[in-house]
Amino acid sequence: MSTPTDATATPTGPATLRRPEAVARPDTRPPAEPCIVAHGFDGFYGEFQALKQVSIEIPKQRVTAFIGPSGCGKSTFLRWMNRMNDAVPGARAAGTLTLDGADLLDRAMDTVELRRRVGMVFQKPNPFPKSIYDNVAFGPRLHRSFRRADLDELVESSLRAAALWDEVKDRLHAGALGLSGGQQQRLCIARAIAVGPEVLLMDEPCSALDPKSTARIEELIRELERDYTIVIVTHNMQQAARVSDRTAFFFEGALVECGDTDAIFTNPRHRQTEDYVSGRFG
Amino acid sequence: MLAGTAADARIRPAGELLDAATPRSQALRRAADRGFLVLCLGFTALAVLILGVLLFSIWQDGHLRVSMDFLGNYASRKPADAGIRAALWGTVWACGICAVTALPVGVGTAVWLEEFAKPSRFTSFIKLNISNLAGVPSIVYGILGLTAFVRAFGMVDADRPIEIGDPDTFLYLRLPFGNGVLAGGLTLMLVVLPIVIVASQEALRAVPRSLRAGSLALGATPWQTTWSITLPAAVPMIMTGAILAVSRAIGEAAPILVLGVPIFIRSVPNNLMSDFTVMPMQIYDWANRPAGPFHELAAAGIIVLLAVLLTFNAVAVVIRQRLHRPLQ
Repeated sequence: MSTPTDATATPTGPATLRRPEAVARPDTRPPAEPCIVAHGFDGFYGEFQALKQVSIEIPKQRVTAFIGPSGCGKSTFLRWMNRMNDAVPGARAAGTLTLDGADLLDRAMDTVELRRRVGMVFQKPNPFPKSIYDNVAFGPRLHRSFRRADLDELVESSLRAAALWDEVKDRLHAGALGLSGGQQQRLCIARAIAVGPEVLLMDEPCSALDPKSTARIEELIRELERDYTIVIVTHNMQQAARVSDRTAFFFEGALVECGDTDAIFTNPRHRQTEDYVSGRFG
Repeated sequence: MLAGTAADARIRPAGELLDAATPRSQALRRAADRGFLVLCLGFTALAVLILGVLLFSIWQDGHLRVSMDFLGNYASRKPADAGIRAALWGTVWACGICAVTALPVGVGTAVWLEEFAKPSRFTSFIKLNISNLAGVPSIVYGILGLTAFVRAFGMVDADRPIEIGDPDTFLYLRLPFGNGVLAGGLTLMLVVLPIVIVASQEALRAVPRSLRAGSLALGATPWQTTWSITLPAAVPMIMTGAILAVSRAIGEAAPILVLGVPIFIRSVPNNLMSDFTVMPMQIYDWANRPAGPFHELAAAGIIVLLAVLLTFNAVAVVIRQRLHRPLQ
């Protein structure tokens, strides 16, 4: 899988951050198939309409960034993709939202299986007050029973994939709350990976982290892209430019523009998008 | 918002306003600060003093009476022979029954109310009533215990009880329970149940929402989330509430009195239907007699009661530490 040693060897500081206009990453991969597709999607909290007629295709094994000012509905939309809004009283949706063709809004949809397939990383790292090992093993144990050796291996491979293994391999049974904020967030990513999801939803995963930890997570996102479809909500435009292939700009509940990240940042079609990405408002 | 508009002309800058205001005396502020500290220390000292005087006088009166004989003997008309054996074991049995029944029922109720019940008028009505029940005098629960447990609502003739097993062994049940130790323990359970429920509710509410979300996002069912994430995180606070509750049960005399348990008992419970008495009742009985040796016995009984209380608490603290080793 990934080689976390490289990541630890070269400290990635703010100096290496690329400016949005410096993004030049010719995408030579074949066009990706759509993974999550929304069509005429409306989202409500009670009477308040948080999302209006959103139509978007999230490509498979690409990073899609949702940007937009606070309250524009991007997090709400993310939370519909794994039905975390079910817990919110008064939350309802209309239109279509599908994952590999399956209706995500179907009442009969098994949310337990859905959330295994669509993992989520939250804004604030939320490791369980358990050991590092038990944090990663928690998800897999929910769904299957393992032989001890297999579970050990799964924990290691998940921690490696989250570029955390080398830092914690000697203290797997120490408490997760003793890790730094950045390590905790990577642990949460490892925890999400461990159940074998296809999609990773990240709700401002770096907003509680310092620049160095942020750089590590961004690097990780680019590596995870090979195996997972990633949707990341971010307030940080540079971050969207650095990590994503596609960018969607939301404003007041509507999807204003969605396209290749390079195009959104260098040559947006809408005036609002241009104003936002250039920092004139938001 | 921007400087230079007409409305701003009337507003003076902060510095000017600060300069115009009268300064408060630094010395006065510091004195008030000091005074408040002294006041708080004084009240704390008063509380400690009252407790100290109480403990000292009880120790003075009773410590000569506390002996293995006192622990091992049954109550007697002769003070020299009198002991607290029956009441000590009665308390251990009754409070043991109270603890093992009140914890699952109380925590279960709190879990349902906090984690599963949809907010509705019905659930808020239940919550309100449970909070109110925590303040109901314990003698009221005694009357409920008498009706429900001792007499089984009069559904079974007390003179012809339904019996299962052999009264001389542990395996013996009788309906109605009569004023045996099971009825006493369950009555104490009624007394402490609201305390356990309220404490457990608060403990569950104190668990961050983000932990539940993290678990649900991994595909855990609500039950898996509650059992593996929420409850373990709430255990320390739940146990603190349980300690408080059982401490209260140990000290209760009123609800047991209402059950009509005999004061003068010369046996230790051997099954759930056995006759029993509890230490507060024994102490009450001794303290009610003319001054002299019986009052010394009462003081000795209080010393033993406090010792049992501390033991129960210590056990609960150990359980709490075991279940929640700080992970750092």
